[in-house]
Amino acid sequence: MKKLLSVLSLVTLLGVSALTTSTISYAEDAVVATEAAVEAAPAPEAAPTEAAPAEAAPAEPAAAPAPVPNKGDTAWMIVATVLVSLMVIPGLALFYGGLVRQKNMLSVLMQTFVIFSLMGVLWAIYGYSVAFTGGSPFFGGLSKAFLSGVTPESIAATFSKGVYIPEYMFVAFQLTFAAITPALIIGAFAERMKFSAVLAFMVLWFTFAYLPMAHMVWYWDGPDAITTAESLNTVLANAGWLWAKGALDFAGGTVVHINAGVAGLVACIVLGKRIGYGKEAMTPHSLTLTMVGASLLWVGWFGFNAGSNLEANGYAALAFINTMIATGAATISWMFVEWFGKSKPSMLGAASGAVAGLVAITPACGFVGPMGAIIIGLLVSPICYFFVTKVKYMFGYDDALDVFGVHAVGGIFGALATGVFVNPALGGAGVVDYVANGVAAYDFGAQMTAQIYAVVTAIVVSAVVAFISLKVVDLLIGLRVSEESEREGLDTTEHGERAYHA
Amino acid sequence: MKFVSAIIKPFKLDEVREALSNIGVQGITVTEVKGFGRQKGHTELYRGAEYVVDFLPKVKLEVAIKDDMLDQVVDAIEKSAATGKIGDGKIFVFNLEQVYRIRTGETGPDAL
Repeated sequence: MKKLLSVLSLVTLLGVSALTTSTISYAEDAVVATEAAVEAAPAPEAAPTEAAPAEAAPAEPAAAPAPVPNKGDTAWMIVATVLVSLMVIPGLALFYGGLVRQKNMLSVLMQTFVIFSLMGVLWAIYGYSVAFTGGSPFFGGLSKAFLSGVTPESIAATFSKGVYIPEYMFVAFQLTFAAITPALIIGAFAERMKFSAVLAFMVLWFTFAYLPMAHMVWYWDGPDAITTAESLNTVLANAGWLWAKGALDFAGGTVVHINAGVAGLVACIVLGKRIGYGKEAMTPHSLTLTMVGASLLWVGWFGFNAGSNLEANGYAALAFINTMIATGAATISWMFVEWFGKSKPSMLGAASGAVAGLVAITPACGFVGPMGAIIIGLLVSPICYFFVTKVKYMFGYDDALDVFGVHAVGGIFGALATGVFVNPALGGAGVVDYVANGVAAYDFGAQMTAQIYAVVTAIVVSAVVAFISLKVVDLLIGLRVSEESEREGLDTTEHGERAYHA
Repeated sequence: MKFVSAIIKPFKLDEVREALSNIGVQGITVTEVKGFGRQKGHTELYRGAEYVVDFLPKVKLEVAIKDDMLDQVVDAIEKSAATGKIGDGKIFVFNLEQVYRIRTGETGPDAL
């Protein structure tokens, strides 16, 4: 145990020191920029966007008083953050837990529970800073490490000019995203990976795959920084790489689902199949709990999607209704695909369809119209069904709980569909033009190019980081439990307890 | 004395117990078991993964009786457990050598 702890802390230290060396210069730049901005305009000093354009500041010397966060928005974000937490514990834990064999139930619950805890702490120590401060287009800095500078008075930008929420709430909301994404991966290598190896892998993958993706897709200076075409260029230059490309990802289709799904595929291939895969029965031990988990995911996803709007307004309502009906449509279409095929309409199929629908609508929920959402929901299930029931067996990888087949495939479809159905001509909400303060003209080619950039980047970053991280962990700790432990079940061998006493 | 062991469909248990009580059988032991006979198993499908379930859940019911009750007991079980469909189960009859009642030490038919 001591050996494990020392290895873990070593891995963490390595990660942090690597960060420090690679980003220290950016962090310094950011601090300088902040000081310049503060001198020029005292008002936005509390803005989370420390690199406020210094040249724009003198043009508005009579700065308005610092914006006060709206209480309704703040209350909604607290609720949304609680809802996303509910998705992980117990939602995802039960959804996955019900799908494994009885002897591995606690290992799945424990992995989810501890990853949620661990990622939350890492998020506060360096995750938030790396994801949400300026620096390079690919990686943020460490100026807010240990949440330095974040206070009850500091505020975070939303998507409307002049509207802010408390920065602590933004930190907490984004924390739950950073915590659920690594937890999604465990479904791919369930029932065979060492607990210590799971934790070490998650620290590495979180640091070098999740944080850069979150930065690339979501980091920008906020709408108030954009007033003219010139200031837009400054914001674009400072923003994350994919944000600047114009890639749309409302609630994390690329950052969360493609990212986690691809890491899952790599992990299940590197680890290899479970003993007896394809020969022994590996039936879910409790579809009752899986249904409970899927339902908690669905309910929690309202916070995930509508909360991603960061304000309680009409776009949050749009994301909400889309989350409801796209998921319903996907549930129904998965059921009919099974029913018209050779199977019966199954509870597991309905739950799988719901999750596929939730995944697909995630990047789209605040951009597309409700009818677009229904089409996305109806189409995603047959695609995921094909991957889960055909492609997996064609290639023979053991993605135990279909993390790749549902999250990566559904996420890729959702990301591309977002580019299509955001079109106002197809009922979409369009993309806001912050210079003209209206809806920008839709360009299919440009939008799809941006979406494809985002999808490919997520796939490459996640796959490369997952592969290297797994190899490192394999060298340090070893990835798989012994054959004996695997047959005995991870509950007793890794955790010393059993889920059920009959 | 005879020992009768019957494998029946689980949902028929109540009817069989009632039929046996009506003809004066004093005690029954019931066990949840799994097995297969001519009915064979069935297949279950989980996200496209097909599993053949060989062993179906059944109920095993055991009674110890005096020799002269055998025909009645077999008849009662046959009638009450039958659905007419495959998988209704079987009745096994054994000779019973000895019976002891633990509390009183009685033996033989008195102990039944």
